[in-house]
Amino acid sequence: MTVDLILFLILALVSVSTALGMLLSRNTVYSALFLVLNFVTVAVFYLLLGAPFIAMAQVTVYAGAIMVLFLFVIMLLGTEVLPASNILPWQKPLAGGLAAVLAVEAIYLLLVRARSVAQVTSPDVAINSMDNLREMGKVLFSTYLLPFEVTSILLLVAMVGAIVLTKKEKA
Amino acid sequence: MVPVNYYIILSAILFTIGAVGVLIRRNPLVIFMSVELMLNAANLAMVAFSSVYKSFSGQIFVFFVIAVAAAEVAVGLALIVEIFKTKHNINVDEMNSLKG
Repeated sequence: MTVDLILFLILALVSVSTALGMLLSRNTVYSALFLVLNFVTVAVFYLLLGAPFIAMAQVTVYAGAIMVLFLFVIMLLGTEVLPASNILPWQKPLAGGLAAVLAVEAIYLLLVRARSVAQVTSPDVAINSMDNLREMGKVLFSTYLLPFEVTSILLLVAMVGAIVLTKKEKA
Repeated sequence: MVPVNYYIILSAILFTIGAVGVLIRRNPLVIFMSVELMLNAANLAMVAFSSVYKSFSGQIFVFFVIAVAAAEVAVGLALIVEIFKTKHNINVDEMNSLKG
């Protein structure tokens, strides 16, 4: 048991339990806060995997911007707790069964078919340094320049779309 | 030293929890959060593989996924607010007509 493995197991436990907390909590505000904690643990996984830029983007964009937007809308609508609905009573057992099938299938395929023995080595000194970020920037602005520009247009379209959707129509 | 399989299994578990959330919850905000959880699980798998193969492509795709998720949330939450304004209720069981 190396330090990495112990850290991974503890964080995996936190991550799965916060995901379950998000799923099972009746109050939407608690769900959102559980999800923030989940995103932060996933950001630590990114650091363990030697991806510091993605970890920081995860914290600022997901745990910061997106979840604040969620909390803002939850509190704006005032629908923290919804009454339990039983229009489709067979839905929950069916969903549970299908989810169990999905999990077993995914894990079976990964363990039996992929049989990967690769180890994620703990990032050496170089990978968490400025050189790493510089190399990533070079790849992002050369090989992936077109997707980057398309993403900027997508963000602009989403911004205009959100404004148009919520704008009051003039009578 | 953590075997990459562990990360992939964790990612599969998180993805399944997100899928269950989409299937069983009736609040569109929680359904939305479950979709975010599934995106995050896929991101985790991509970063794990990118770390094994010592390539930046996986990380750059995760960067794009994060940007697209931000755009998706902005438009989706605007739609939910608009639905709430017209129906004064956001239970997905009540959303059964296209006309507002």
